[in-house]
Amino acid sequence: MSDNNKLDYMTSMSRPGKGCAGDTGEWRVFRPVKDDEKCNNCLICWVYCPEACIEKEGQVIDYQYCKGCGICAEECPTDAISMIKEVKGEKS
Amino acid sequence: MVTLKSLPEEELFLAGSTACAGCPSSLALRTAFKALGSNTILIVVASCTSVLQGSYPLSAINLPLMNVAFATGGASASGVVAGIEALCKRGELEEKPNVLVWAGDGGTYDIGIQALSGAAERETDFIYVCYNNEMYSNTGTQRSGATPLGAWTTTTPGGKAQHRKDIAQIMIAHRIPYVATASLAYPLDFYNKMMKAKSIRGTKYIEMLAPCPPGWKFPSSKTIEVSRFAVQSGMWLLYENENGETKFTSGTKNIIEGKVKKKSVKEYLEMQGRFKQALASPEGEQAEILLEEQVSDSIKRLHGFIPEYF
Amino acid sequence: MRLLESGNHLVAHAANVAGVEVVPAYPITPQTQVIEEIAELINSGKMDAVYIPVESEHSACAALVSASLTGARAFSATSSHGLAYMHEMLHYAAGVRVPVVMVNVNRALGPGWNIWCDHQDSISQRDTGWMQVYVASHQEVVDTVFQAYRITEDHSVLLPMMINMDAFVLSHTYMDAEVPEREEVARYIPRFVPKWTLDPRMPVTHGSVVYPSDFSETRQSMQIGQEHARVVIKKAADEFRDMFGRWHGDMIETYRADDAEQLIIAMGSLASETKVAVDALREQGKAVGLLRVRFFRPFPIEELRAECEGREDIMVIDRDYSYGMEGALFTEVKAALYGKCSAPAKGIVVGIGGRDVTYELIARLAEKSRKGELEEVTWGDTQMTSSHAVTLECLDDFKKILEHPGKSN
Repeated sequence: MSDNNKLDYMTSMSRPGKGCAGDTGEWRVFRPVKDDEKCNNCLICWVYCPEACIEKEGQVIDYQYCKGCGICAEECPTDAISMIKEVKGEKS
Repeated sequence: MVTLKSLPEEELFLAGSTACAGCPSSLALRTAFKALGSNTILIVVASCTSVLQGSYPLSAINLPLMNVAFATGGASASGVVAGIEALCKRGELEEKPNVLVWAGDGGTYDIGIQALSGAAERETDFIYVCYNNEMYSNTGTQRSGATPLGAWTTTTPGGKAQHRKDIAQIMIAHRIPYVATASLAYPLDFYNKMMKAKSIRGTKYIEMLAPCPPGWKFPSSKTIEVSRFAVQSGMWLLYENENGETKFTSGTKNIIEGKVKKKSVKEYLEMQGRFKQALASPEGEQAEILLEEQVSDSIKRLHGFIPEYF
Repeated sequence: MRLLESGNHLVAHAANVAGVEVVPAYPITPQTQVIEEIAELINSGKMDAVYIPVESEHSACAALVSASLTGARAFSATSSHGLAYMHEMLHYAAGVRVPVVMVNVNRALGPGWNIWCDHQDSISQRDTGWMQVYVASHQEVVDTVFQAYRITEDHSVLLPMMINMDAFVLSHTYMDAEVPEREEVARYIPRFVPKWTLDPRMPVTHGSVVYPSDFSETRQSMQIGQEHARVVIKKAADEFRDMFGRWHGDMIETYRADDAEQLIIAMGSLASETKVAVDALREQGKAVGLLRVRFFRPFPIEELRAECEGREDIMVIDRDYSYGMEGALFTEVKAALYGKCSAPAKGIVVGIGGRDVTYELIARLAEKSRKGELEEVTWGDTQMTSSHAVTLECLDDFKKILEHPGKSN
C-alpha cells in the first residue's frame, strides 16, 4: 500500500446509482416485447416490475437492466406483452 | 382515492440491482419508497435485501441506508429515533425523517424478535416492514419460524413438521397503534397501509408476504400470481389492526363479502415446488387438511367466527 | 461542583456535563447505579438526554451505534456478561467507526455467578477495535469520560472507547471528586461533528457487502485510527491538565519509577494498591516503582520500552487470564519489549473473581520476583480450602452412580 494517508477513515460507503450489478439486461433468456396497439395504459406492468425497469410514461422498457423475469407479461390484462427468446448480440 | 395512475413516479429503488429476477423484496421496496418518499432513513437487517442492494461501492437504493446486524432491527431503529430527537432538540432538523426498518422473517420471527418486541414496547416511532419469504432465503433457503407446515427447505428436507408462528398477532398483543399484512398482488392496499403507517405516531408493523421464486420453486414470472393465490386461498390474510380493532382489507375482504370465491389451499400448494414432496406423500393430504384448518383458525381468531365464504 | 459520590454515580454526572445526548443501556450488577442515576438526572430535569431502556445489551450497543450515526453524542455502560453479550456489536461499532464511549465496570464472567472484580470481561474484547482505558480512582473516571470524547470524536481517530472501572472497589465506594460545570467541559469537548451521518440530504449506503478486493483497507484504516489515537491521547491529557489542573497520566502513569530497579506493572485499582506496596518497599530501602498501564488499546508499546529499559526486574500483575497462555497484560508487555529490552519479566495473577488483593501480598510477590524466586507465571493467591473440598466430594459421589449406569446405589 503506497498511499497510507488515504486509508485514514476508510469505511464502506456506497453511492446510489443504476446498474449496481452491471448491465443486468445480460441476465435475460427471454425479453418482454410490448404491442402498443393492445396496450391500454393500465400501468399494471409499471407497478409490478420488481426492477423499476418500465417507465410510468408510455411504459417504455429499459432493456439495459430488464432481467426478463416475465412478471409484466404474466400480469398484463390485455396480453400486450409477450416474452420472446433473447437472441445473442441483439441489444434492444 | 389512490389509483395506479396517482402513485408517485419517482423511483428510489434503482434498476440493475443484484436481486434475483422476479424478486418480491425489490418490488416491495419500490412500492414502500413511493409511499414514504426521500425523507426516509432506511435500516436494512441482514437478509436478502442486504445483498440485493448491491455491493460496495455501488447501491441500488437512493436513501440514507444503514445495514445492521441480524438481531438488531428494532434496537437500531430505537437508536436512530433517539438520535433524531437529539438533533431536533439542537434545532438542527427541519423535518423529521421517516424511520423504516426492512427485515426478513429471519430477522423478525427468530433472531430479531427480541429487539422488535423491545422497540415496540418502548413505543418507538418507526415503521417496521417484515418481508416474509417463509425461510432464510439469503443463506440458501433454510427453515425459519415462518416456514409453513409441510414446506421443503434445506433444513427441513422432509417437509417442516410444525406450523409457522404468527408475528403479526404477536405485534397486536404489544398494543402498538398499527399492525397490517400485505401482499404484492394488491399494491394499492400495501401503498395505502404504508401511507397510513406514515401518518401514525408510534410503532407500526407491516408484514408483506414475499413469495421467493428460487426458494419456493416457481417460475420468476409467477411472483404476483403466487402472492394473489396466497390471499385467495386464505393462506395469507390481508388485514389491518388499528388500536386493537382488526378489519380485513382488499383481497381477503372480497372473499368474506362473497365478491371473490375462495380458492383451495391445495391449488395454492400445487403452484410451488416446495410443497411437491408433501403433496405426493401419504402425509401430504394430512398437511393440506391441517393447513386448511389453520386458515379457518386464523380467520376465526381475527374475525370472531368463520364467515360463510371461508 | 464537588460531590461525595460512588464511582457509578460519578460516571452518570460526568456523562451529564459531557453533553451526552442518547443513552441506550441495560442494567447489570455492578453497573446499575450508573443508569439509575442517569434516569434520575433526566427525570429531575438536570440532564437533557434520551435514555433508551433497551431489552438487552446486544440491543444497547446496536442503538448506541445507530444513534451515533444520526449525529448524536451517545453513551452507555455495562459489565461482564453484558459486555460479552454485545460482543458482536462491539466489532460492529469499531468497524462502523462511531466515536461512542462506554463505561465497563470490570466484573468476572460466570459460571458460577460472580459479581466482583476482575478484568476478564474487557480483556476478552481486546481485538474488537475499541480503545480501552483502565482507571484507578474516582476522579480519574470522571475526567476520563471527558478525555474519552475528546479522543474518540477527533477526526483522525473516530473509534469507540471503553472506560474500564473496577467493580465495587471503584463503582460502589464513595469518594469526593470534582465534577466540572457543563460550560467548562463544553470548551474541552466542543459539539460533535461527525464525518458522515444518516441524512436524507445526502443518501449513502453504509455497511453493504464488501468483497475481499475492497475490505482489507477498511480494516487497516482502523489500525491507523488507533495509531493516531496515541498522539491524541497525549494531547487530550495535556490539554486537560492545562484546563482543569488534573493529571492522571496519558498512555501510562508512573509512580516513583525514575530510579527504580524493579518495576511493577498493573492496571486499574490494583495499580493504586501497588502504589502503597511501592511506598512500603521503598521504606525498606527497595528501589521499586509502579508503571500503571492506563491505555490498553492502543497498547503503550513505546512508553513501555522507554520505561523498562535498564531495569533489573519487571513484575506484571494480571487480574485476568487468557487460558492456554497466561495473563493478557503479561503477554502484551513481553510482546512490546521483545527484542528491545532485556529486563527479565515475571507475571502474577491475583484478585480473580474479586478476591481482595492487599499491598502486603503485592510487596511479598514483588520481593520474590526480584530475588528470582518466582516462576514465569504465578497464580499468586489461589489455595484449596475446605470449601473446595465439597466439589471433590460431590464428584466422588457422582463417580459411584455414573460409572455403573442403571445400578441403584
